[in-house]
Amino acid sequence: MPGLGVSLGITAGWLTVIVLIPLATLALRPWELGFAGVVGALLEPRVLAAFRISFGGAIIAALVSIPIGILFAWVITRYRFPGRRAMDALLDLPFALPTAVAGLALTALFAPNGWLGAPIEQLTGWKVAYTPAGIVVALIYVALPFVVRTVEPVLRDLSLDAEEAAATLGATRLQTIRRVVMPTLLPATITGFALGFARAVGEYGSVIFIAGNMPMVSEIAPLLIVVKLEQFDYAAAAAIGLAMLLLSFMILLLLNMWQRRLRRGHE
Amino acid sequence: MSITTLSRRGLFAASASLAAFSARAQQAPTLLNVSYDPTREFYREFNTTFASFWAGRGNPRPGINTSHGGSGRQARSVIDGLAADVVTLALAYDIDAIAERGLIARDWQKRLPQNSSPYTSTIVFLVRRGNPKGLRDWGDLLKQGVSIITPNPKTSGGARWNYLAFWAWALRQPGGGAATAEAATAQLFRQVPVLDTGARGSTTTFVQRGQGDVLLAWENEAHLALQEFPQAGLEIVYPPLSILAEPPVTVVDQNVDRRGTRALAEAYLTHLYSEDGQRIAAKHFYRPRDTAALRAAGERFPAIQLVTIDDAFDGWATAQRLHFNDGGIFDRIYRPGR
Repeated sequence: MPGLGVSLGITAGWLTVIVLIPLATLALRPWELGFAGVVGALLEPRVLAAFRISFGGAIIAALVSIPIGILFAWVITRYRFPGRRAMDALLDLPFALPTAVAGLALTALFAPNGWLGAPIEQLTGWKVAYTPAGIVVALIYVALPFVVRTVEPVLRDLSLDAEEAAATLGATRLQTIRRVVMPTLLPATITGFALGFARAVGEYGSVIFIAGNMPMVSEIAPLLIVVKLEQFDYAAAAAIGLAMLLLSFMILLLLNMWQRRLRRGHE
Repeated sequence: MSITTLSRRGLFAASASLAAFSARAQQAPTLLNVSYDPTREFYREFNTTFASFWAGRGNPRPGINTSHGGSGRQARSVIDGLAADVVTLALAYDIDAIAERGLIARDWQKRLPQNSSPYTSTIVFLVRRGNPKGLRDWGDLLKQGVSIITPNPKTSGGARWNYLAFWAWALRQPGGGAATAEAATAQLFRQVPVLDTGARGSTTTFVQRGQGDVLLAWENEAHLALQEFPQAGLEIVYPPLSILAEPPVTVVDQNVDRRGTRALAEAYLTHLYSEDGQRIAAKHFYRPRDTAALRAAGERFPAIQLVTIDDAFDGWATAQRLHFNDGGIFDRIYRPGR
């Protein structure tokens, strides 16, 4: 295998400097509190509530992103219409825009005096900004492009032949989608969900503007890390960070295993 | 104008200023002032004035940079190695945290007059025009249906002053004590619908998002909001009693000794107490310490009763531990089941 030594060396070195060393310092930091101290810091009701809100919000946002994301990908791969390229480019904007800007814009839009917030409150009585619903809105914004961009290449490669073959064999359109299109899309969808979830669970910049940040109600875990840092309590901040890291890692690992099983079954 | 010419101009301006910056850096000393958020406009003007003053005394004209951000975050940057020559922060507690790590002498607050705070501020109410809810004093805030905007005391220095000002008022009520003050403060925070992380965030929520009936704000931040948003329909209410907020300043010993900038840094801070420094502070709505400068500012700073943190709370260290640290009184307010 020519070049293995050099390329592996560069990869491993890079990974060490950019990922492993920072994560190792994060993993080492909390223990000055002692094991009981770390567990105590994590089991505080306010910390547990923040974990529920962060992980629950990220999962809901990634789930909502799946149907919308597949629809978006479908539209830009299957149809030709004026403005398609512009739409395609717009989809990547959430990757580039500072999330604080997005958070401010979403808050202005969904605030009780905003263009969308006012009519929504009048029609349904629901508030979006300054409630947990606002958190989910901001997280959908950051998660959605990941679903679109992972599903899109698979949809593009999925030849129309397979669908036409299904049709000639007497399948209805619905059966074709359920039996032919969906199984092909599922592994990519899981990847999109995983990426969107991972991106959303650690999101801070956009959420703090729209969340209202009320303890026990709409306070996310990354904000609690900032709160601990404000008290110069680095160890407790690291404890929360480490717990988030481990929880996210477990969820991503499970998704990865599920996806691998699907792939194998597919082949 | 097209986007390309705009960005090209921007690029040109940026490279020109970069060239000017590096040319200056070669011959003249530089000074980094690490400050908190709402001092931006004040220090911009003060830096120019001080540079001219320093150059006028036969020194090379210094390049002064100021960094702004949340007070606690700025203190952490200095702890983590930002080479600040001087820090000018919102609370003594944040400078104490730097001193605890050995970068500043422990007795820093005694090095300059008046607790090392060359200017002061206080906490006032910003309300909607005409003051429709009739909010004149802290007790009025607890009236039914009044919605209050303040940032989170856990993340914002300004919010800690808000909280302590209300607490000081509650203590002074007939039959007031720690228990009644805690109950009143809990009630106050039950009427807060949004807890932003910083003072600027709360100002945006109140002024631009139209949330709440009253914003608890720094005096200078409230005046700035009136200036910036003349159409928003706002007015300032001075409660009869509030807290004397003393934003302190000091030299970062370890950094100035390493960089050889101690004389410059000390002159910079002393100049804050000079006639010029006091006048500029008043212009940017900080209360000058100098009585002549205060008198010259006239009605800009109404005389209200101001309690100090040392008298009412036995200093910052005690206030922080009792009220804002984990498990403190502020955390109790949000404990579930209340």
